[in-house]
Amino acid sequence: MHCASEPAIASRRPPRPCSAGVRGAARALGALALAAMAGLAVGAEITVSAAASLTNALREIGTAFEAAHPGTTVQFNFAASGALLQQIAQGAPVDVFASADAETMDQAERRGLVRPGSRLDFAANALVVIVPRAAAAPPQALADLLAPAFRHVAIGVPASVPVGRYTQAALEKAKLWAPIEAKMIGAQSVRQALDYVARGEVEAGFVYATDAALMPERVKVAFTVPTETPVRYPVAVVAASKHAGEAQQFAAYLLSTPAQATLRKHGFARVPSP
Amino acid sequence: MASAWIALALSLKVALWATAIDLVLGVAIGFALARLRFPGRELVDSILLLPMVLPPTVLGYYLLVVVGRHGWLGAWLESRFDIRLVFTWQGAVIAAAIVGFPFVCKSARAAFEAVDAQYEQAAKVLGLSALAIFARVTMPLAWRGILAGVLLAFARALGEFGATLMVAGSIPGKTQTLSIAVYEAVQAGQDELANMLVLMTSLACIAVLLLAGRLAPARIPGRS
Repeated sequence: MHCASEPAIASRRPPRPCSAGVRGAARALGALALAAMAGLAVGAEITVSAAASLTNALREIGTAFEAAHPGTTVQFNFAASGALLQQIAQGAPVDVFASADAETMDQAERRGLVRPGSRLDFAANALVVIVPRAAAAPPQALADLLAPAFRHVAIGVPASVPVGRYTQAALEKAKLWAPIEAKMIGAQSVRQALDYVARGEVEAGFVYATDAALMPERVKVAFTVPTETPVRYPVAVVAASKHAGEAQQFAAYLLSTPAQATLRKHGFARVPSP
Repeated sequence: MASAWIALALSLKVALWATAIDLVLGVAIGFALARLRFPGRELVDSILLLPMVLPPTVLGYYLLVVVGRHGWLGAWLESRFDIRLVFTWQGAVIAAAIVGFPFVCKSARAAFEAVDAQYEQAAKVLGLSALAIFARVTMPLAWRGILAGVLLAFARALGEFGATLMVAGSIPGKTQTLSIAVYEAVQAGQDELANMLVLMTSLACIAVLLLAGRLAPARIPGRS
């Protein structure tokens, strides 16, 4: 389109006057772009990497947080805590990190990946042994898992999955780790362990009470396992976060009444006061 | 680093078995597709090539549903022969064989189609049996194309991860192949182990490629 303002050097055709409509549309587009950029500047998008067991509860809390803080959107990234830690260590643009055990958060602190002083515990959980819903003789205690009827037991890979570490500690305390490790099917996350039991590919699995409650029609809890260290979920702001303010707001929101009520609804326990 | 050698040995075992299965099935089915004409031939060809384009996790899920304890094939195998494929190296072989099959099948079909029918007809006129024609005329002309497919299938089987992880799990010594071992090492922050495993896998693949170059040197007609 040649507008009247352009010099008609090379062309022989007389310059066509720009229609007022085109100029008006261009102005409107420009205004829209500026408004969009302003909107972007005001609101922030924060990325929360959280342990797999927090999936359902945090999604709900995220929606409530967005409603309470218009302009901020929350993106979630759920996986085993160990995997999330490695992503953050490699520079993934994460703002908030919530892990399923203190060990992973301790590692994050040691490596300087989280803001000092921003760490707080916001939920507690319990370790349980689950079996497929149709199982005839569920185990009553850890020692029952030694029976040949239990060919495979799903346990999170201890190197990277907190539920696996809790399990290993509990089994080592009962002096049963070696024989049960021989039957262990390593799961990459607590949800994979749940899936193996739900499908019936393994005869038993170690998951959190909250995960067992997700599939009552396919799995049932055999018994609760007392853990060496209490199952606590710490959250912290990632040191390299570009939205530290909003990240801190989200971490603090997890302790608020509505967030705690949602966690309770999904089966997470309150963190006992010290 | 004993675990690394175990993972390498397991990867090679699984890949070799999977490639052997692919060779037999791929050549047979490739030959059938090249020589037989039947309605729906191209449809069958496309379905057989699906594992090449489907994401490995999709394949893994299909496999899990079919050979899992409650799947139609898995339940039958367990009730009849007490065979469970999930969490075994045999399950890993099946996953690797399925992803590698299209490579052998496609290249075998192309290689057989490229064989000039005149040679086969001449052999027939001279009195050779069908089997002899296949062994002494067709295969010597087609084997280079088939070998290319076999090597691709082997490389694919060696690197298979998604479907294997879903069907065979990650049991050190039994189903934890090199690719899965690398994944777990990275997840656990064991960078040294991950580096070692990655180096081993790369060297194994380079060795395969060099061997392939020896077995089937590219020969250009007119030049020695």
